[in-house]
Amino acid sequence: MHLLRVSAALLSVALQTSMRYRLDFALQGLMALVWLGWTLAPLLLVFGERPSLGGWSLDQALLVMAFFIALKGIMEAFIQPNLQQVVEHIRRGTLDLLLVKPADAQLLISLGRVEPASLVQLLGGAALAVVACQRLHLTPQPLHILAALALLGGATCILYSVWLIAVSAAFWFVRVDNLANLFEAIFDAARWPASAFRGWVRAVLTFVIPVLLMTSWPAMALLGQLDLPQIALALTLALAFLLLARLAWRTALRHYTSASS
Amino acid sequence: MRHPLRIAAALLRVGVAEALVYRAQIIIWMLATTLPLVMLALWTTLAAEGPLQGYSEDTFIAYFLATILVRHLSECWAVWAINEEIRAGSLTLRLLRPLHPLWAYAGQVLGDRPLRLAIILPLVGLAFLLHDGPDLTADPLHWLAFPVAVAGAWLLQFAVHVLIGALAFWTEQSLALWSVWFGLWALLSGYLVPADLLPRWLQHLNAWLPFHAMLGLPVEIALGRIPAHDLLPHLALQAAWCLLLGAAALALWSRGVRRFEAYGA
Repeated sequence: MHLLRVSAALLSVALQTSMRYRLDFALQGLMALVWLGWTLAPLLLVFGERPSLGGWSLDQALLVMAFFIALKGIMEAFIQPNLQQVVEHIRRGTLDLLLVKPADAQLLISLGRVEPASLVQLLGGAALAVVACQRLHLTPQPLHILAALALLGGATCILYSVWLIAVSAAFWFVRVDNLANLFEAIFDAARWPASAFRGWVRAVLTFVIPVLLMTSWPAMALLGQLDLPQIALALTLALAFLLLARLAWRTALRHYTSASS
Repeated sequence: MRHPLRIAAALLRVGVAEALVYRAQIIIWMLATTLPLVMLALWTTLAAEGPLQGYSEDTFIAYFLATILVRHLSECWAVWAINEEIRAGSLTLRLLRPLHPLWAYAGQVLGDRPLRLAIILPLVGLAFLLHDGPDLTADPLHWLAFPVAVAGAWLLQFAVHVLIGALAFWTEQSLALWSVWFGLWALLSGYLVPADLLPRWLQHLNAWLPFHAMLGLPVEIALGRIPAHDLLPHLALQAAWCLLLGAAALALWSRGVRRFEAYGA
């Protein structure tokens, strides 16, 4: 209960901070919408050449894209701004101020900032999913929707974990903005259905950095193509990633020696 | 004539030394250029069912390998440096030196080329050797045109970086605009998709825009996809864009410097 209260307080402060420059806020929301349209361009280009991509039709691939856009929105709203700030804290030594506060440090660094403008993408992703379902003449069963949402939650956990592990590396390397760049570049592959890839590219993107699972599996769940063991497997994987990230963060904290000392 | 050459050599030496100091950063930065590999995987999946507009699986492999090489040869990151230095006020230091800051940026950017090439050339070379099929052109005329086109591509990149970077004199931060530009560039330059595969109407429009000259042109020259008699018109268009964007960048930069107040410095 205490944990929830702290989380709520952190989020509300973060929201107020990010909405203080109103013009900037509106511009960011607008930009997010423009990006949404642009994200679709490569997909339409590919399907202009061929009616199917690795067994996925355009409308099914739109569903994957919807989950990609939503997940990107979640990442840019909640995950990215926070973890970037931690890196800044580490570089300047102001992390000390957070560490002495009477709450879990991981919680404090994970919910300190929010970019609500990016949530426009979450809405955009939801809208796109509805459009794709309509074009597919698909009325997903409530159970399938539930599974898809659970998998999206799992994907969020994996994303957050990968970021936290990258940030933990910042305790040693100090500058990891490029690491973030690297991850974003890899995450971009998630906009395509998993079976669009073959060979080792697919293996790496499924098992090492499971970006393909994050979007393709929720889409498959919505289409009713996943069974229970697969969903359980994905959620277990998400949990494992969370634990691993927690471990990495604790280990990194133990090695923390502040900036000026 | 000796004097400017000495300055250029010194700038490059400093650039190389700097690149070696931040080598880990540059290597990660290089790894982040995985997009051509992802697109390669995607297009070869599609081409496995049959060639697309004359691009077979093998052509796609050669195309994206060459893309990676050209991208690293013509890569630029000045817009981040300019934004950061304007925002933090450290541009003042550069302005005090008896050398135009743009020369310094150019030297810094070009200084990382040896390190980049030392990593990327063996990889791309090996991949070309392992992959059998149609690949690079054997025509000497094309090989003569290739370095010219790469140099032009880099100049265009640099001009755009300075142009967008200089906007930060007015807006304090122009990286959002940069990402919009990058989105356009990625689609139209041949980075995500060979320009020949764009919809017909977009191809006609794109033929007059600067994007293709910034990446696709040198790549297609290396693959011998541009007929010899078309080389000169293409290079001429590239040169024209270099002049236009270069002049615009210089003009905007000098206006911006005049209103620069070095916040916090």
